[in-house]
Amino acid sequence: MRVGLSGLIGAVLAAQAVAASAQELNLYTTREPNLIEPLLASFSESTGVKVNTIFLKDGLAERVEQEGEASPADVLMTVDIGNLVDLVDRGLTQPVESEALAAAIPENLRDKDGNWFALSQRARVLYADKDLDLASFTYEDLAKPEWQGKVCIRSGQHPYNVALTASYIVHHGEEAAKTWLEGVKANLARTAGGGDRDVARDIMGGICEIGIANSYYVGLMRSGAGGPEQEEWVKAIKVVLPTFEGGGTQVNVSGAAVAKHAPNKDQAVQLLEYLVSDEAQKIYAEANFEYPVKPGVAVSPVIEDIADLNADGTDLTEIARQRKAASELAEAVGFDN
Amino acid sequence: MLVLLPVLALGLFALRGSPGLWAHLVSNVLPVAARQTVILLLGVGFIVATLGTVTAWLVAACDFPGRRIFGWALLLPLAVPTYIVAYAYLDLLHPVGPVQGAIRGWLGYASPREFRLPDIRSMPGCILLLGLVLYPYVYLPVRALFAMQAGNLLDAGRTLGAGPVATFLRVAIPLARPAVAIGTALALMEAMNDIGAAEFLGVRTLTVSVYSTWINRSDLPGAAQIALAMLAITMALVMLERRGRKRQRYAAGAQPLRRMRLRGWRAWGATLVCALPVAFGFAAPAWYLVGAAWARYRFAGLSPRILEEAGNTAFFAALATLVALLLGLVVTGAARMRPGRLTQTMARLSTLGYAVPGTILAIGLLPVIALADRQIAAASQALLGVGPGLLLLGSGAALIYAYVARFLAIATGGIEAGLSRVPRSLDHVARTLGRSPGQVFREVHVPISRPALAASGLLIFVDCVKELPATLLLRPLNFETLSTHLYGEAARGTYEDAAIAALIIVAIGILPVMVLARTIRR
Repeated sequence: MRVGLSGLIGAVLAAQAVAASAQELNLYTTREPNLIEPLLASFSESTGVKVNTIFLKDGLAERVEQEGEASPADVLMTVDIGNLVDLVDRGLTQPVESEALAAAIPENLRDKDGNWFALSQRARVLYADKDLDLASFTYEDLAKPEWQGKVCIRSGQHPYNVALTASYIVHHGEEAAKTWLEGVKANLARTAGGGDRDVARDIMGGICEIGIANSYYVGLMRSGAGGPEQEEWVKAIKVVLPTFEGGGTQVNVSGAAVAKHAPNKDQAVQLLEYLVSDEAQKIYAEANFEYPVKPGVAVSPVIEDIADLNADGTDLTEIARQRKAASELAEAVGFDN
Repeated sequence: MLVLLPVLALGLFALRGSPGLWAHLVSNVLPVAARQTVILLLGVGFIVATLGTVTAWLVAACDFPGRRIFGWALLLPLAVPTYIVAYAYLDLLHPVGPVQGAIRGWLGYASPREFRLPDIRSMPGCILLLGLVLYPYVYLPVRALFAMQAGNLLDAGRTLGAGPVATFLRVAIPLARPAVAIGTALALMEAMNDIGAAEFLGVRTLTVSVYSTWINRSDLPGAAQIALAMLAITMALVMLERRGRKRQRYAAGAQPLRRMRLRGWRAWGATLVCALPVAFGFAAPAWYLVGAAWARYRFAGLSPRILEEAGNTAFFAALATLVALLLGLVVTGAARMRPGRLTQTMARLSTLGYAVPGTILAIGLLPVIALADRQIAAASQALLGVGPGLLLLGSGAALIYAYVARFLAIATGGIEAGLSRVPRSLDHVARTLGRSPGQVFREVHVPISRPALAASGLLIFVDCVKELPATLLLRPLNFETLSTHLYGEAARGTYEDAAIAALIIVAIGILPVMVLARTIRR
């Protein structure tokens, strides 16, 4: 009881201290806490700025919107381009002018008005049974009848898959995307759902032979950070970088924006600039097995075999714009049913 | 008011939706979601009603090996949140997991490609899991009914020559029907509000649809519209519960039940019937969690933060429980002392929060709380010249509000059930002796309904510990509870990291179950 009470009082005081202190900054993130902790710790160490975080998996935009001008949020961080652009569209961000950010991040990975910045990239790749003979693979292939009953994938409503479908719409149009989704649905070995790692485990378990999942999970499983079982799962698969016909591999980003009413704007910009420094980009690559956004920073040796990424050139805001259509298509074809 | 505000906010959100949206929902989302919800509710309802009634009858009316242990052990599944059960079973029953591995070894198969069981990620799997975890909602009221009230009627049945089975079918079941209805309605509300397990097992209920409409399309109006449509189903459940309660007439001073001693295969059959739900609803997932947590502990050690998270969880749950009970007393007391349309309606409305899925309630609460916060901040700035920031959201008071709004129904329902056992004649006597309504309430009602208070309090406490969506959305900065920790790890796909937090949630859940068991034994 006493621990809790002091915790409550502490929280009240902290809330008030946050408003007063200048050497702090408040981060609202949809990114799972453990993934960004090493980055934040390193930032605090090198700058002396303390970072208070709240992980808001869903409802980040709603909360900031409702908090209004009194919001303590300084930096808003998401793991999906759609959510990032959504923040901008709702007017919850402010433009930032920073030479460091502009120099580090390629133009297609940041907003031209400076409202959002990508911080890391992940590719949507193919996990396949290691005994399968596959030299190349396209996303279009997923819908081919030869894969009937052999495909595992998470929910068609998950932001990662919504972004993939949205990319498909940008490439081939909405009608073709619908046909494609119907084809993929017909090929499913089990109900769409679970997580990306389940694809590897289900391939090992003989439930399916191929599936789509994010690139960095390969690194996480191989690294042993998830425990010895996951090292076994990943041994059962090989990774192929699929492409769109006439395009490249679909990528999504994690990114951040400075909140419109940020009380600590300077620190917020400082954090963003830190996150694209060589040092932080290296942490992204080595701790999270993501692709750095900054050209020249190497990926982790653990995923060296999938390092040759030919990222699809489609404009990210274009993909974000098709997100709603993509989600509705998934519902229209009953992808998850 | 407390509970009504977020629902009003939802209504406002719903109005902002575009008409085209509703057409899409009606043609693509609602038919499937409604069908899946109905199938799920029918399936879960059947399992919880059967399992809950049969086990309650056996424990209350019969004697067989292990009866005393099952008396409380049958409550244990209450301690395990449905999402944890789902995670645990997926791991246990996966083709590469221990169970299927053992079966293959036994049958002489080398790889899962040669032999595997059907996938747990399916509607039948979801029904079975939810049923196994939620049946105590039926077991608890039905057992209380058998134990306290049914003695003379059952005795009469037996005097007239009915055997155990016949007494059960002809006397016990009709007698228990109202209590079964109450328990089943509660269990079904839990099932319908469940998002973790259903989503995880690939079942797309209305709640899951609300969620994905909101999250994946940033379409709050659409989500609010489905949510309001869902309220209709839930109100039907609430009415079912009310009807059940209305018919429940307690005869004070009834004889306690004399138990029938079962012998031979019947006795062991009874043991088996009681053992199965305990084994599958509690023991298997708990045993799995202990193993997973131990493996994790050896692999990565114990995070010091976990203690802090456990403290946060327990403190906020306890505080919310206290507030909910006090409010529940006030609401039910008012309805009893001054029966009128206003107080009746208030009592009924206070149960709304339980009917709205947690996610949606949280979304409805956010604007309400944020508005209050902005007003406080502006007033303080004007009066004192200091901005306190967002007081409610920043301090965690918002969380208490959310918990109370969500679980007040358990308090009012439980206390009402307790009070209904107090004959009105007792009120009249007390009034005749010159007591004021308030005094009658304090001196007669509260003491008599103490067991009901304890039972409801414990249910609320456990529910607060398990609560996820509102906690995620409304908590202050740098604040984690066990469930948000668990969710963070699960969202990342690293369930194994969450095993320790999950085990603590279950352990916290067990303590109230123990107390609950003691309360009902008396």
